[in-house]
Amino acid sequence: MSFLASPRRLTRMGVLGMNQRNADFIMRYNPRHLYPLVDNKLLTKRLAIDHGIAVPALYAVVREQHEGKDLVGLLGDHEDFVIKPAHGSGGNGILVVSGRFGNSFRKPSGDLITLEAMQHHVSNILSGMYSLGGLPDQAIIEYRVRFDPLFEHISYQGVPDIRVIVFRGVPVAAMVRLPTRASDGKANLHQGAMGIGIDLATGTSRGGVCGGLVGAVHPDTGASTADIRLPHWERILRLAMQCADTVGLGYLGADIVMDRDLGPLMLELNARPGLTVQVANQRGLLLNLRQIERMPTLPTAIEERLALAQSLHMAQPLRMAQSSREPAAAPTGRE
Amino acid sequence: MRNPAVPVWAVLLVLAGLAISAYKAVILGMPVRPDQQTEVWSIQAQIGFQADGGPAIVDLAVPSVLPGFLKLDEHFIANRYGMAIEEEGDRRKVEWVKRRAQGSETLYYRISVTRSEQPAAWRDHPSFPSPPDYEEPYATAIRVIINDVRQESADVFTYTRELLRRLNARRDEPNVALLREAADSPAQWTRQVIEILKGVRIPARILWVLPLKDAASDARLLPLLQVHNGESWLAFDPETGESGVPDYMLPWRVGDDPLYSLSGGRGAEVKLSVTRSDRKLIEVARDSAQRLDSVFADFSPLALPVDSQNVYRVLLMVPLGALIVVLMRTFVGISTFGTFMPVLIALAFRETQLLWGIALFTLIVSLGLMLRFYLERLMLLLVPRLTAILIIVVGLMLIISLVTNKLGFERTLSVALFPMVILAMTIERMSITWEENGAREAILHGLGSLLIASLSYLVMKQPDLVHLMFVFPELLLVVLGLSLLMGRYTGYRLSELRRFRNFRDGDQP
Repeated sequence: MSFLASPRRLTRMGVLGMNQRNADFIMRYNPRHLYPLVDNKLLTKRLAIDHGIAVPALYAVVREQHEGKDLVGLLGDHEDFVIKPAHGSGGNGILVVSGRFGNSFRKPSGDLITLEAMQHHVSNILSGMYSLGGLPDQAIIEYRVRFDPLFEHISYQGVPDIRVIVFRGVPVAAMVRLPTRASDGKANLHQGAMGIGIDLATGTSRGGVCGGLVGAVHPDTGASTADIRLPHWERILRLAMQCADTVGLGYLGADIVMDRDLGPLMLELNARPGLTVQVANQRGLLLNLRQIERMPTLPTAIEERLALAQSLHMAQPLRMAQSSREPAAAPTGRE
Repeated sequence: MRNPAVPVWAVLLVLAGLAISAYKAVILGMPVRPDQQTEVWSIQAQIGFQADGGPAIVDLAVPSVLPGFLKLDEHFIANRYGMAIEEEGDRRKVEWVKRRAQGSETLYYRISVTRSEQPAAWRDHPSFPSPPDYEEPYATAIRVIINDVRQESADVFTYTRELLRRLNARRDEPNVALLREAADSPAQWTRQVIEILKGVRIPARILWVLPLKDAASDARLLPLLQVHNGESWLAFDPETGESGVPDYMLPWRVGDDPLYSLSGGRGAEVKLSVTRSDRKLIEVARDSAQRLDSVFADFSPLALPVDSQNVYRVLLMVPLGALIVVLMRTFVGISTFGTFMPVLIALAFRETQLLWGIALFTLIVSLGLMLRFYLERLMLLLVPRLTAILIIVVGLMLIISLVTNKLGFERTLSVALFPMVILAMTIERMSITWEENGAREAILHGLGSLLIASLSYLVMKQPDLVHLMFVFPELLLVVLGLSLLMGRYTGYRLSELRRFRNFRDGDQP
């Protein structure tokens, strides 16, 4: 494998670069005044609830530093919950609590965290430590998703989520993001989480990518990530489309989690979704984006758009065969 | 590049910037390189005479229009004389007046010039002379020559050239010999030619030029012939027939008026001396900035006070540093802490030099990071914590200066020029990145920032570039145009070629 890819080859394969994503898609299809709807997770959540989109229940909001002192009162009798900044990005500042013993709380990793440390965390969130530009922020306390047993063997703590890229209301790519030991239980690919490409038509997983390595085996559990069929696949795609319709962004990343009991829930939306979904799928985004862009009019009905999204994928060559032929333990990457 | 306005604007801006620069470099003679030298000629005219004791009036013809030259400065030096300058067409003279002048008196006129492509036009517009009644035997000789030359010429220029060729090439021909006999000096000879030209109604006059020869202490004005072709004055050497004013000949005066006149004294004598010196073109350009009759020269940073000039020398380089940041981020894909933080660090490197700068930056940031990690455990609110880091940074800078000063490194004193707020923000961001995304990413971003800062510094300290941006600030338009173009670059970044290198080339449609 060469050190660098040739730009011509990447162009032929329809790989979307950061510059082009910004100039040709985000700037063109995402009006700036809509950004607050997705950058502020509290707004997103309220908007979603109004439009009947399934989201994790909102327990409480901390707006002022003094409210943080009464964290115990705000929590009520919730024993497991998630605290996150309303303006966080990249999964930063998210604290997951899975159990409570009086004034100490247990994280999914088993570590304990004191009430004081949690209050400090909330205070950091409020003072804008995790928000863009360091602006004062709000802390959201919400329902902790119990993830579907489907992911039990291919996930290291944390909650795996499904990222669907929706372009002009039509899903064009999807992947599952699996937390790893390296990502500290976060489903953030930059921090070492694993990304697995998903076939839009069937909801079946194909190879995967983790830290620049391509392979179909979870780095921590050793379980194969190939050929997993996501349940409620069409529900997931419909949910993603609903989100896009609700916020009105033309180029959107919808992060969806699978709750054991509640099914697909929208966790958050992203107006600047990353590019790794291409590596996870081994397919350039531009191939699908251009198909949609060329259509002068797009169907409005959700079911028609669903059919369109699934037919986009028909043109997509299946990479699964190649991935499984190659031993995943000897990936073709660096290091 | 789907937005056509961008390339249009970019091209317009780049062309405008280059065109103004080219005009200033070629026409106004602004130096393109910082060490470009130019010759400056200083000419002194010294008039000495014995005064009679009563009122004295001294007139001296001085240069007025200087085609091919740029006047840098001009001084009139006389002890207790009233002075007036009279200017009339192409003639200019200074008149010194004193009520009571006694004994030996000396007056000076000094001018310094440099050669220049600046266009300058003579102002006199003569009327056609009427043909004089020549005396015999000259009348016949002149008539023969005039008619012969007319056969071989088409206009004023070719007529004059042919006439001079005829008069100079065949000196032994009886008609020519007769005419030359009457002229015993070059000036007389020039007047003779002017008389002949009157016969064909061509306006002509004498142009007195001063040969610029270094260390000439008693230079003499030489006569040239000038004819007017209806539009402009054309110069010829009356002895050789060559056209144009030769290089290194400074036009001093025109016509038959004397170089000087004196009343109220005796034994007047004028001494012209010439010296040559080499000066940096930039200094000459600075001196002549106001003298140049051009908007572009008026709006040059050279017209500012010297200390503001030095500020702009630095400021005008910041856009180039920012251009490096754009290049590295958009085309290479290097991440940094803060968009323009590297440019500010690079500005500080100007004082510390590169290696010391990198060492000091690394030292402060690592020490700051260590203390910041401890602060994390104190669980402080964000703004007080930032303030604490800022205070720590200032303290670290002071300690570094004190310690290294004792050790005798003077260079490190300039650590004080580091932008401390930027350093504090860098430490804060780096520690957050460190905690959330791991040490690897934090160090990579830190190294990326340092790399871009070093590159920006290397570009921003190029003396040639500093000089270019300072003397030709309109190059900012070029930089602006380039950044517009880069703003519409949608190709891959170098880092993406590596990131996607494992993309499999399959059966693509």
